[in-house]
Amino acid sequence: MADSNDNWYPRNFKRAYVWELPVRVFHWVNFLCIIVLSATGFLISDPPAILSNEDATSQYWFGIIRFTHFAAAYLFTAAIVMRLYWFFVGNQFARWSAYWPWTKEAIKNAKHVVWVDVMLLSKKEHRLEDLSIGHNSVAAFAYLMFFVLFFVMILTGFGLYAPTSEWWLPNMFAWVPSLLGGDFNTRIIHHGAMWLILIISIIHIYLVFYHEWLEGRGEVSSMFSGYKFIRAERMANTYRSPVKQESTKEVEQPAEFDPNDPC
Amino acid sequence: MAVTENSQKQETYYESIINQGYSRRDFMKFATFMAAYMGLETSSIAQVVKAMESTPRIPVIWEHFQECTCCSESFIRSDHPIVADVILDRVSLDYTLTLMAASGHQAEAAKHATMEKYKGEYILCVEGSIPMAEEGYCCIAGRSSLDILKEAAAGAKAIIAWGSCASNGCVQAAAPNPTKATPIHKIIKDKPIIRVPGCPPIGEVMAGVIMHVVAFGRLPELDRLGRPKAFYGKRVHDSCYRRPYYDAGLFAESFDDANAKEGYCLYKVGCRGPMTYNSCGSMRWNNGVSFPIQSGHGCIGCSEEEFWDNGPFYERLPNMTGFGIESTADQVGKVAAGVVGAGLVIHAIGANVMKRKELRDRINKGIKTEEQIQA
Ligand code: SF4
Ligand code: SF4
Repeated sequence: MADSNDNWYPRNFKRAYVWELPVRVFHWVNFLCIIVLSATGFLISDPPAILSNEDATSQYWFGIIRFTHFAAAYLFTAAIVMRLYWFFVGNQFARWSAYWPWTKEAIKNAKHVVWVDVMLLSKKEHRLEDLSIGHNSVAAFAYLMFFVLFFVMILTGFGLYAPTSEWWLPNMFAWVPSLLGGDFNTRIIHHGAMWLILIISIIHIYLVFYHEWLEGRGEVSSMFSGYKFIRAERMANTYRSPVKQESTKEVEQPAEFDPNDPC
Repeated sequence: MAVTENSQKQETYYESIINQGYSRRDFMKFATFMAAYMGLETSSIAQVVKAMESTPRIPVIWEHFQECTCCSESFIRSDHPIVADVILDRVSLDYTLTLMAASGHQAEAAKHATMEKYKGEYILCVEGSIPMAEEGYCCIAGRSSLDILKEAAAGAKAIIAWGSCASNGCVQAAAPNPTKATPIHKIIKDKPIIRVPGCPPIGEVMAGVIMHVVAFGRLPELDRLGRPKAFYGKRVHDSCYRRPYYDAGLFAESFDDANAKEGYCLYKVGCRGPMTYNSCGSMRWNNGVSFPIQSGHGCIGCSEEEFWDNGPFYERLPNMTGFGIESTADQVGKVAAGVVGAGLVIHAIGANVMKRKELRDRINKGIKTEEQIQA
């Protein structure tokens, strides 16, 4: 303990608005849609057989399940379209360039993340920039894959839905099943992509908790408030800690500024 | 002889029908019937009548390759006797090795005569797939089916691919497809091809398609997969009389439960009506007597691509190849989710062990800060 006490000094964090409102709205609409679509999707693929002595005319529960699925699909698609627009007008953390994995910086960051967060190893040298403010580049790549899966879902879903609709929007996707070799294959792809989305979602949720637990920078709350906490040293002007002046109690100060721990 | 044959060739459909002893009234009934099956409006009946009165009969060559002849069987059982009489009659059908009177060299000679005389005019009907692995797998009169198909297709005006064999490959193309059975459209690229899938297709559908081609001299409206929209535009599910049970969520769980007896929807016992484009629900089979679902068996999707490999027939999800014999997408998904979950638990434990120094350090810093808070 003595060791960490010696290194202690009050960190100065700045509150940065990382996730803008449309990004957060997209996230939660998406969250809701994935839950509703998966739940109704599982029911559609394997409905429970309800024994009932009522006539079919007075029941419509399966129709309602399907209606919910289709309605949620439209909402989901609308949210995706909105997010696509935001790729071009959003802030630096929401822009498409934040998701482009093939830059030198992104690859360097990916190596860091794999070493430190996936393999859980330590690094001798700490760099503040290694700690990402928005998505780290491995996460960004995972979200890119999410989008690929979302497009697969939209294409196959509306493709399957098209023959039951007169509207031009779903009918825009009528070519999909014929390309994939029929409704049967299309349905399997639709079902498999759902599983992939669910599995990546589990990893996503775990990693949010992991980062929050380890780094305590507001990872979880950022998707509600939009704010994340950033070390003041990362600002364009370097701030020194004002705590020293404000504190009335005696504070044990480290001899020198310690850049080692980024959090 | 040559003269009489020539004059016979010039006969119109109407003349041919009357010559066979049908009355004009029979002919009108037939035209109405055909127009209905072709999905035409009542106002178009006159057009069908006119076309059949004025167009000379188009020669038809009907080839058989790797198949079971169920398409021919279905066709000759189609609802209206004139169909079989006019189209399949020895006079009308210039070559079909299962039904023609001539045989051997005579038959081959008749075919070649037609092919030469009506180059670019005749309709080629193909039943069966072509083995591409080894040409010798399917030979007729000492020639490979690929050879015969290419020759017959060269002078054809259009090709009708009968049944799932010619349209999708059907059972011969099921994995592992030892003969590399290949549907017609993957071999012949330069001719208009109508695909009429089904195992077999409904006889009336076949009659409707061929009547459309011969009476109007052009192809019916086709969908993206080359299937006539009039017959393959709707899913079996969309015209199924059990559909109300589906929407009400009333399903049979097995073929012998009370729900099955009630006639509930067969979705849970593997019915593929929701994925299958065909006219079974509206036209039905055997002169409209019934169709599989009406008889208590789910649709097996016989008119869809690779329907033999999309098995088993009695389950909603197909087995996935490469994941053991009996695993479906859901089982693979559950196992994958379990493995990922276990991996994450290990990662979480590992993180707390490996990062214990950082964690302790940060907690201590936090406590220190907390102690500094002004009360
Ligand atoms: S029996 Fe088959 S085709 Fe008919 S409603 Fe049920 S799932 Fe659809
Ligand atoms: S009900 Fe289905 S399997 Fe049966 S004949 Fe019709 S399309 Fe083929």
